[in-house]
Amino acid sequence: MSTLSEKILGAQAGSYVDCRVDRAYVHDGTGVLTLDAWKSMQADTLARPDRVYVLFDHIVPANNSVTAGLQHDLRLFAREKGLSFTDVGEGICHQLMGEGIALPGEIVVGADSHTCTLGAFGAFATGVGATDMAAIWVEGGTWFRVPETIAVNLAGSFSGRAEAKDLALTYVGRLSMDGATYRALEFVGEGVTTLSMDSRLTLSNLAVETGAKAGLFYSDDVTCNYLKEYGHKVHPQHPDECSYLRELYIDLEDVVPVVAIPPRVDTIKPVADLEGMPLDQVFLGTCTNGRFEDLDRFARIIRGKKVKIRTLVAPASRNVLVRATESGILQDLLMAGCTVLPPGCGPCLGAHQGVLGEGEVCLSTANRNFRNRMGVGGEIYLASVATAAASALSGSLACPKEVTG
Amino acid sequence: MRIEGTALCMGPDIDTDIIIAGRYLRTRDRTEWARHAFEDLDPSLAPRLEGRVIIAGKNFGCGSSREQAAIALKESGVKGVVAPSFARIFFRNAINIGLPVVECDCTCRAGEPVTADLGEGIITIGERSYRIRPLSPRMVEILSAGGLVEYWRGRR
Ligand code: SF4
Repeated sequence: MSTLSEKILGAQAGSYVDCRVDRAYVHDGTGVLTLDAWKSMQADTLARPDRVYVLFDHIVPANNSVTAGLQHDLRLFAREKGLSFTDVGEGICHQLMGEGIALPGEIVVGADSHTCTLGAFGAFATGVGATDMAAIWVEGGTWFRVPETIAVNLAGSFSGRAEAKDLALTYVGRLSMDGATYRALEFVGEGVTTLSMDSRLTLSNLAVETGAKAGLFYSDDVTCNYLKEYGHKVHPQHPDECSYLRELYIDLEDVVPVVAIPPRVDTIKPVADLEGMPLDQVFLGTCTNGRFEDLDRFARIIRGKKVKIRTLVAPASRNVLVRATESGILQDLLMAGCTVLPPGCGPCLGAHQGVLGEGEVCLSTANRNFRNRMGVGGEIYLASVATAAASALSGSLACPKEVTG
Repeated sequence: MRIEGTALCMGPDIDTDIIIAGRYLRTRDRTEWARHAFEDLDPSLAPRLEGRVIIAGKNFGCGSSREQAAIALKESGVKGVVAPSFARIFFRNAINIGLPVVECDCTCRAGEPVTADLGEGIITIGERSYRIRPLSPRMVEILSAGGLVEYWRGRR
């Protein structure tokens, strides 16, 4: 009887396995280093070029000529080798891999820690460094230690104010920043059936903030219907009776809007405790919360009103932006005073497009609030989409009201 | 595989943003990363890293997968990192670029001499000796070669 990771990797927890890799991807940041390592390995071919993806998202469009030069080299390489390549403006790598590329049961590696996002599809998806990735380009596979699994067992459904992000921060707080190091998380229980694909992606995205190697959902009807839209016919995965290292039980009805206090993702407090805290910037976006459902939720709250502080919105992909345009959401955001950035990581990693100044405070829907991440001397509080919207309207940290149509 | 140096003590949960900030990543100049290592923790630290063995608290290297973090430490002359636990991507990266990492929960006093034998599985800090889980022979080979790139080249 096996966990989902054990099934996909084909061995019991604790064993070392050599595996083929079904999808391997890099972005404009890690791709440059991967290319250098690959070159110094003196290989001139890639084992499975049709499985290698290069997606530009971190600093797009380039912020200066050094970045532009590095991106240029990688772009030429991707074209020359015939790799799947998405350029400036297409979106965040994890989002694009989640728009009909990564599939249930696959082994997916990305040269980025939030590759765990794709566990939402029932894939074993994990981050690696650039040199590991270069070796994967050469060999088409890599080694793993099969992780033990911690189950996050969900019951009930959200009560209206809380959403997937609050649940994600809640489980990170309960497990702590290294509570799942070397382990996988598996999201199970009847509460899972109430969660949309976008919500599941948010939950898997934060798995690495507990140190976990992967954060998996079993594919079910929600997964199959989502992937059908992209032309894939996939089947549900069925959980076995298996032994978990530990089980964490959370009733979705008990989840309340929370914030993660800098500089730790696991310092979690109810929004209500800090209501009224002054803010300088609100940021909606990232691989955590830049999807259509997030923009839609945000727009429902701010529609017809005006934001009081600078509010930046970066859609996670072109697809998300197009849907937001077609549905009128984009106009709602613009009319409310939001600044809309091109699809990509935006200011998440503190390189451009909304870097904080000394002493400034940002409420962000991202996944990391480490010291100086969005700018030297700036502070990042992490929260849900609804909390971000309510706070943008009040100019200070505010508790969301019940979100309705 | 032996490491030798003097102890530099650090707390738990040192993240890769602290080791090398995101604003310095976009370059191919490795010395640039070494120059800015730990800048947001203590800007005076980078020039003093040569010959040090970092002895830190749990979960060293958590956060972003940036391999530049491990490279920054190696380039600045850090001989190895010792911690009760590491974030898994940092651990893999460190081995891959040839920076010795040792899982050990040990007491640190700044400036004490540190020696470790990774194949044998023993580390000595000042007067204190600790047993450590030996690294696998393949990991020791990769480290001895100076990293995965060099290891690969050697096998061709
Ligand atoms: S949005 Fe932020 S966390 Fe996600 S991949 Fe981009 S930089 Fe990393």
